[in-house]
Amino acid sequence: MTTHTTTTTHTTAAAPLAPVEEARQVRRRRRLAPGRRLPTTRLIGPAVVLALWVVASAAGLLDPSAIPAPWTVLETGSRLWDAGTLPDDILTSLQRAATGFAIGLTGGILLALASGLTRTGEALIDGTVNLNRAIPTLGLIPLFILWLGIGETFKIAIIAIVVYIPIYLNTHAALSGIDSRFVELAEVQDLSKVQFIRQVVIPGALPGFFVGLRLGVTGSWLGLVVLEQINATSGLGYMMFQAQNYGQTDVILVGLVVYGVFGLLSDSAVRIIERRVLSWRRTLSS
Amino acid sequence: MAPHTEQLTRPAVQLRGLTRSFEGRTVLDGIDLDLPAGQLTALLGHSGSGKSTLLRAIAGLDHGVTGSGQLSAPERVSVVFQDSRLLPWRRVLANVLLGLDGKDAERRGREALEEVGLKGRERAWPGELSGGEAQRAALARSLVREPELLLADEPFGALDALTRIRMHGLLRELWERHRPSVLLVTHDVDEAIVLADRVLVLDQGRIGLDLTIDRAHPRSYRDPLLGEYRERLLAALGVTEDHR
Repeated sequence: MTTHTTTTTHTTAAAPLAPVEEARQVRRRRRLAPGRRLPTTRLIGPAVVLALWVVASAAGLLDPSAIPAPWTVLETGSRLWDAGTLPDDILTSLQRAATGFAIGLTGGILLALASGLTRTGEALIDGTVNLNRAIPTLGLIPLFILWLGIGETFKIAIIAIVVYIPIYLNTHAALSGIDSRFVELAEVQDLSKVQFIRQVVIPGALPGFFVGLRLGVTGSWLGLVVLEQINATSGLGYMMFQAQNYGQTDVILVGLVVYGVFGLLSDSAVRIIERRVLSWRRTLSS
Repeated sequence: MAPHTEQLTRPAVQLRGLTRSFEGRTVLDGIDLDLPAGQLTALLGHSGSGKSTLLRAIAGLDHGVTGSGQLSAPERVSVVFQDSRLLPWRRVLANVLLGLDGKDAERRGREALEEVGLKGRERAWPGELSGGEAQRAALARSLVREPELLLADEPFGALDALTRIRMHGLLRELWERHRPSVLLVTHDVDEAIVLADRVLVLDQGRIGLDLTIDRAHPRSYRDPLLGEYRERLLAALGVTEDHR
């Protein structure tokens, strides 16, 4: 109540002092930053594409043998699911991606720690990994088939390599790029080497690690698509490769949709974990 | 805790012929200096006069710097930097407790935060603090270790004028309560006069002036008698009337 009265007296008292004409001279600056982000705006783009696809198919503008209608793809998908082949293929692909990813993740982290925290490790590892990076990993497929046979091992090995490289690079860069001011602080506070690594270096390197992790997750799916289309006897890629031989575009689209959904899901999962682990960062950006 | 009298008999910091050089350029040129225990000393100098080099030498942070001379400093030394240097991924209390362990560490950390006026901000992230609050947290982090010697490298240099005045009061208050030896590196003559019992001017790698300021605390920035000290310090820093 009291606040209300003070406000009124304030405005009436201030009015004669600040004429309206003067107030109007204050020009509001042009806003250069984009406006506030709406919650689900990211989904608008894909929804528009889907709508266009539906409309064009219904209007008969698309050749069904080149691009089948969305409902055809759905029907094929549920038919393959009921027949049991689709769940089998998805499971095989998921297993490959997950195993390769797990090995690549572990390898990337261990190598980055060894190379980022010790000079000996850096001398031995960093150059070697960069050499490995310079060789296109998919170019290793023929050699790996000769070494490991055409079974599961070589596929998992290739995926692991595709995954470990971005994780290593980003984690190593973050570990060795630790702010020298924080190193000095750790010295002043008499931290032991172990405390320094656990309380300063590793938390400081986590943002870089997560960049690598997201690239690695995407990489595992990319590697999988290629591997399963070249040398596979099962899995989503194999299913699509077979469909190509029989001209079943709807089956190919089912495969693409599944790949897309899993890629999106795994990336979102990493982002949710990232936001939780790096919750201290939100206070800066908000 | 060692008895007070014993602390007063032996200087906290003793430098004999301390020399430091970077790439052939002599920054500290044979400094002899005693800092008595429990005294608040300010070290003035131009930028590049070697005051930070001296502080870092005493803190034992000058790895790979060439130099000679003798240096003795207490076991428990804390450093406050110009930036608060709080780890952004640790909450304020965890930052204060960095490197501290033991059962009552947390209680001491909370007490230290209360002393600097940050009670209730224990669980805040450093990114949520204002510049003055962050520097208070940094002070708490150095105090919680009960230092015998507190080295402060332009601790208020990045703060606005009003916050700086408030921090001067806080530092003096904390010093009176805990009585560590303090070496305050600053380029602000008024800050040195208001806070310190003794002001040193570092000039070309040597102590150019050693001035004891014998005035009661709290001192006012407008005290005319302090003007005399200001003139002498400015003269030692090479600032004369024509320059102003």
